[in-house]
Amino acid sequence: MRWVTATHSRRGALLMGAAPLLVLAIGYVIAAAARHAENPADKILPLPQAMASAMAGLLFEPDPLSGQYLFWADTLASLARLGAGLGIATLSALLVGLALGALPRVRATFGPLVTGIAVIPPVALLPILFITFGLGETAKVALIVIGIAPFMIRDLAGHIAALPREQVVKALTLGANSWGVVLRVALPQALPRLIEGLRLSLGPAWVFLISAEAIAADVGLGYRIFLVRRYLAMDVIIPYVAWIALLAVAMDFALTRSSRRLFGWAHLGAR
Amino acid sequence: MAFLALKNIWVEYGEKVVLERITLDIAEGAFVSIIGPSGAGKSSLLRVILGQERPTRGTISLEGAPLPAECGPDRGVVFQRYSVFPHLTVLGNTMIGLEFAAAPLTARLFGSARRAAQAEAEAMLEQVGLADSRHLYPAQMSGGMQQRLAIAQALIKRPRILLLDEPFGALDPGIRADMHGLITRLWREHGLTVIMVTHDIKEAFTLGTRVLTLDKRRHDPHAPHRYGAGVVYDLALTRKAGDLHPGGTAWEPDVQPSITIDTIGNN
Repeated sequence: MRWVTATHSRRGALLMGAAPLLVLAIGYVIAAAARHAENPADKILPLPQAMASAMAGLLFEPDPLSGQYLFWADTLASLARLGAGLGIATLSALLVGLALGALPRVRATFGPLVTGIAVIPPVALLPILFITFGLGETAKVALIVIGIAPFMIRDLAGHIAALPREQVVKALTLGANSWGVVLRVALPQALPRLIEGLRLSLGPAWVFLISAEAIAADVGLGYRIFLVRRYLAMDVIIPYVAWIALLAVAMDFALTRSSRRLFGWAHLGAR
Repeated sequence: MAFLALKNIWVEYGEKVVLERITLDIAEGAFVSIIGPSGAGKSSLLRVILGQERPTRGTISLEGAPLPAECGPDRGVVFQRYSVFPHLTVLGNTMIGLEFAAAPLTARLFGSARRAAQAEAEAMLEQVGLADSRHLYPAQMSGGMQQRLAIAQALIKRPRILLLDEPFGALDPGIRADMHGLITRLWREHGLTVIMVTHDIKEAFTLGTRVLTLDKRRHDPHAPHRYGAGVVYDLALTRKAGDLHPGGTAWEPDVQPSITIDTIGNN
């Protein structure tokens, strides 16, 4: 058997992928049980039942102060911010990336500007955003957009610019004008790459969302984690982090599946 | 008057001279093969005729009217690779030329216009033998099928001139023979003027009615870039009408080369 060519069945892959997660979970429970044997009031590694009861309060009981079901309010607020940020970033990446990639003069004019913006650490801009947009939703969404849009724009523009020159020439000899080349040659080939870029930007987008919420918010998954940190409430923090991971994985999976369904031609070689 | 006339074409990239003093008259309906060593500017010449590149000096005219240095539907092209659009099916690839012409704003056709274009595209695919593959994507087809598609895609625009840049270079010999039969049949049926760049000398002589050889006439060993390539041989061949077997498998043409070197000061 060669390690580099050894393959496995679908079932085998599932089992192999689940094993490390299971080991990690069991390892945690053993460590938590050991700490609790020494100190029954330990807060650093809460036992699963402690997490379940803490989460039940957030999930099923309204907060006495606001009357909201906090877990759901946090999830909704964070997803709304994330959705708005990802949506605006994706749309601007499509428009700007397409123009930069397909039109050499636009690339020469605005390419350096986009590169310049892309190298600024987005969190360094957060004070400017808070000063400009106030502490409301706009600043948080803007941070996500500024954080991921430059990467998505540059990735898409690079992909479009690297399309074989022959395709453009061929389209022109088939009677296309520049608009036709953008619409029928560049745009359709940009879309699967755009989804791929969005998928790769999910991680950074969550980073910027949690950062913005940690600094200034009154609801949201990141806000809650940083709030309960003051009480060493690991029984809330760990389930919240797991929930964020689950949401991120679900989004990644949904994007992969929709790309395969909508742009099957782009995945023919990879099967 | 010549159909396609090149007058004193020069192509230079900075200091480097690629082509010099190319003067050619190409008759309507000719099948011109261009051969020559690598780097002799065969593809540059093709790109100049295609309008993808502007010559440094000289003029090109089609039936007396100067050809603009832009690609347009009067000149079709098939490249060795990347000639078809990977995101369109065979049918979509064939129809797109009709859609560009009929709908400049949306580049798409709808309703009865679409059905008419689809029927025309299917008839074209029938001619190149791809009628049964109309719903496949290029990535699902062999290289030979992709080149058939590229030819159908170009021919549906009824170009005055069809330019082929090593179109069969990446195909295996059996498929290549099939493609020779196909291109000869289409050349005859559509009354095309074909200009083909090839590395394969046998292919050049089998298919062409005229074979041009590009090479450097002069060479400065201390400055190899100083002199460009010109037409060093210009051979007119006569192909008999009956030399094509239907199905287009291996066939030997009855070549009677009549060497016409230096007729127009190329040498």
